[in-house]
Amino acid sequence: MPRIVVDVMPKPEILDPQGKAIAGALPRLGLTGFTGVRQGKRFELTVDGDVTPEVLEQARTAAATLLSNPVIEDVTRVEVLPEA
Amino acid sequence: MTIAGGTAVGLWHAEANLQDVDAVIIPGGFSYGDYLRAGAIARFAPLMDKVVDASKAGMPVLGICNGFQILTEAHLLPGSMIKNNHLKFSCADQLLRVENNTTAWTSAYAKDSGMVIPLKNQDGQYVADEKTLDELEGEGRVVFRYDGVNPNGSRRNIAGISNAAGNVVGLMPHPEHAVEAGFGPDASAYGEVGLGYGTDGLGIFTSVLTSLVAGGKSRPFPQIPPPARRSSASTRSSTPPPHRTPTFPGLNWA
Amino acid sequence: MEILGRRPTAAELAMYSVMWSEHCSYKSSKVHLSQFGEKVTDKMKEHLLVGIGENAGVVDIGEGWAVTFKVESHNHPSFVEPYQGAATGVGGIVRDIISMGARPVAVMDPLRFGAIDHPDTARLVHGIVSGIGGYGNSLGLPNIGGELVFDSVYQGNPLVNALAVGVMRHEDIRLANASGTGNKVVLFGARTGGDGIGGASVLASESFDADKPSKRPAVQVGDPFAEKVLIECCLELFKASVVEGIQDLGAAGISCATSELASNGDGGMHVELTNVLLRDPTLTPGEILMSESQERMMAVVTPENVEAFEAIMAKWNVEYSWLGEVTGTGRLVIDWAGETIVDVDPKTVAHEGPVYHRPFHRPEWQDQLQADSFAETRPFGSDAVKKAMLELMASPNMCDKSWVTNQFDRYVQGNTALAMPDDAGVIRVDETTGLGVAISTDANGRYAYLDPYEGARLALAESYRNVATSGATPLAVSDCLNFGSPEDPEVMWQFAEAVRGLADGCRELGIPVTGGNVSLYNQTGGVAIHPTPVVGVLGVFDDVARRTPSGWREDGQAIYLMGVTRDELDGSEFANLHGHLGGRPPAVDLKTEKLLGELLVNASRDGMIDAAHDLSEGGLAAALSEMALRFGVGARIGLDEACERDGVDLFTMLFSESQSRAVVAVARSEEVRFKDMCGARGYAHMRIGVVDTEIEALDFQGHFSLPLSELKEAYEGTLPKHFG
Repeated sequence: MPRIVVDVMPKPEILDPQGKAIAGALPRLGLTGFTGVRQGKRFELTVDGDVTPEVLEQARTAAATLLSNPVIEDVTRVEVLPEA
Repeated sequence: MTIAGGTAVGLWHAEANLQDVDAVIIPGGFSYGDYLRAGAIARFAPLMDKVVDASKAGMPVLGICNGFQILTEAHLLPGSMIKNNHLKFSCADQLLRVENNTTAWTSAYAKDSGMVIPLKNQDGQYVADEKTLDELEGEGRVVFRYDGVNPNGSRRNIAGISNAAGNVVGLMPHPEHAVEAGFGPDASAYGEVGLGYGTDGLGIFTSVLTSLVAGGKSRPFPQIPPPARRSSASTRSSTPPPHRTPTFPGLNWA
Repeated sequence: MEILGRRPTAAELAMYSVMWSEHCSYKSSKVHLSQFGEKVTDKMKEHLLVGIGENAGVVDIGEGWAVTFKVESHNHPSFVEPYQGAATGVGGIVRDIISMGARPVAVMDPLRFGAIDHPDTARLVHGIVSGIGGYGNSLGLPNIGGELVFDSVYQGNPLVNALAVGVMRHEDIRLANASGTGNKVVLFGARTGGDGIGGASVLASESFDADKPSKRPAVQVGDPFAEKVLIECCLELFKASVVEGIQDLGAAGISCATSELASNGDGGMHVELTNVLLRDPTLTPGEILMSESQERMMAVVTPENVEAFEAIMAKWNVEYSWLGEVTGTGRLVIDWAGETIVDVDPKTVAHEGPVYHRPFHRPEWQDQLQADSFAETRPFGSDAVKKAMLELMASPNMCDKSWVTNQFDRYVQGNTALAMPDDAGVIRVDETTGLGVAISTDANGRYAYLDPYEGARLALAESYRNVATSGATPLAVSDCLNFGSPEDPEVMWQFAEAVRGLADGCRELGIPVTGGNVSLYNQTGGVAIHPTPVVGVLGVFDDVARRTPSGWREDGQAIYLMGVTRDELDGSEFANLHGHLGGRPPAVDLKTEKLLGELLVNASRDGMIDAAHDLSEGGLAAALSEMALRFGVGARIGLDEACERDGVDLFTMLFSESQSRAVVAVARSEEVRFKDMCGARGYAHMRIGVVDTEIEALDFQGHFSLPLSELKEAYEGTLPKHFG
């Protein structure tokens, strides 16, 4: 069954304590090639049948209302996953 | 630890030095905020390398709550903890059974004896694949099991486990919050106790001292007697009420 | 312009506007708040080490120990983003405590939401409760109490107040001042980002307009791990005596910290703003000055201690930047890339803000409101009273709160001697002697709406009573005054009356206000919340081992009702359940209240009582129910004699909210002593029952029996039903 993937990231101007903690840990493991880490969320919405434009629009609405909090997060991707 | 008669030594995460201690307790808390996964970052602390080496040489190591999570992330213990099935942080007194009293940390308890200690976490649901769970059961490495209700969806009601040698033990609930009369749970597996007088967790810490004194070999230790009732009440020589099934609010009984 | 004698720069304008906002300058409330200082006697100041004006007040509790505590609001941010708003509320108050030199040891949270069944309430409850837990639990601070109230007046404006308490040795007290010319000024902790720019001034100084939800500054996000590291790092700084003065960064960020440090010290400071470590490099100087990024502190360090300071920062892996130094010029000078962008007298920013004498008058409807006494049909007969009791205990405000409190860690640190659901939270301070403190917070918006002066005194009385009921001697007060818009003369009157009532009440009880917070503009559209003065009282225990729990458990112990019951149902929970709000709140005589407190503390000290519970919202019905359910032990109760003595019927005896009352459980062997003590002080007391471990019910003899199972089901079902 097709899936729609939704990525949600903390807004750039918002502090991301998760990413900050990871960014601090990486150099301690000798992984020094990174200047920052932001941690987001990925959702996979499974669709029963074809992904019609209406379904995709519903996914966008879900992303903007329930899956993300517009006060602190941005939806960075709403996309149909190619079937495996 | 001090109440049980031992000496506590604070260890610093960034120093790869165990300061010649005889046993290590990795306490609860939210290391690095638990932001990535509980314990996921702390397990790379320089000190943890030393703990891993020492545990392989037989040193008793206990992980409580976040400490248990760190031990699983460090692969000293199998499985992992995920978010509680009710999705909330929960703090409540919990009844457990001590199923294995041959580990370094449980020799003070009779097999299958009960224990009421606080359980408080957000990510406390123990999970592992079926094969691992069967292995743990088969080898008697399920040290603590939730009795009555399963508070967080843990597989097979598992509250704590050990490694094959029995020197490394991890558990989600907090025995250290049931060691001092007056500052523990209102209940005990032995029945009714005074306000905050539950000290069922103390045996964990006396166990390890006993096993260290016995040269690393654990031997049975007399079960700790039920704690005394609040002194003002006992000096009045009031007859203790008949034993009833405790019905304290907040306690996860069956 | 008059102050500067020239046109202000953009940065200066930003600084003055944020520091002179209602939230930071207390411009509307100042003229009234001065009563807390004026009505204090020398006797009341006896235990006061640091009073109002610093980050938090400090009280001497003996044996060389001092305690600091404070309650603050985070109402508006919590409505916009419930989780982060509530979390950063905890973070902010904890930093206030650290900056006094204390180790934070506990938090409490008085919370008020809209109607329990309103669709938006669940969103706020879930977010706010998990935000408080998420931050406080991670910090390793036990949450030992608070309040949970549902009332539709808080629908668009929930009240999220946070209290923190910290302990220190006397010699460790630190103040926010920058003295010693040439000393270095350092900013440490988290980096500065765009968080909450203009947050304090904009959010907390405006009411919400339902039609325009767009006015949202960047939400502050809390990082509890950074805060935990900051706490430990600050305590090490204090221990090593490497800081001269310290100030947390909260509302108005660097503007506030620099101007307050400078004006409290020798009066001058020179800062290079480009040295501030930024999370967002695009910030303008004005934004940097106003940013409310969390988990930051500012300190003053002598040049000799710079190295020691840096070593401690390195150990805790905390970032820091040296911003400048203390000067003797009397000016706060801030440079940005070589150009001076601020040159002001810091006192004009921090302390000499505008003072408004806002007009106020008693609302015309107040008389009519007070004349509208509760006149609904009262339940009569055993069945009706029993049913009313079950309804009361299942009601949103009276039901079991463990759905909320179980999401908070009450055990961590191992010093919690009493927590929810007992009357007060009790924390041990000294592990060898058992010295400790008790804290309770209380408010009743309905009482204060009916009569703001009396309402404030009633909140104080209840909080005082709760602390005494736990066995502690009340010592000091902190308050969080939540009101509507000060631009509304009727709201301003409510505020003025409440402050007057609280100040008078404190004087009558002999305990000072040590600090607190004012939150105005709590309203949606033109409708203000009920005036809600939240009062926190702190008491001291010589040994917390003797604290009294709120439930009985020993079979055969005698149950006594202390105090008298009058027909006082106006403003009560029962009236509230029946949709009535009018009349006058219960009368309170603080001399009687003080006497009751002394008796309860003596009874605890001499081991006479094994349980005690104060009577407040829900009256005797609620107190008896809670005492029985605390440990699941029943009792036989006979109220006929008390009804006859007080001239009230059974329903009124159970549901009236008369003040200065408590129920205690007395051991048989102590009964004579207890009765002698009450008799000698002329305090009304009557034996109303006996604890019975067999019957598993509250048996109101001659009337009805209420099985504990039925009561428990009603009591525990409400919150899970609404919130899952």
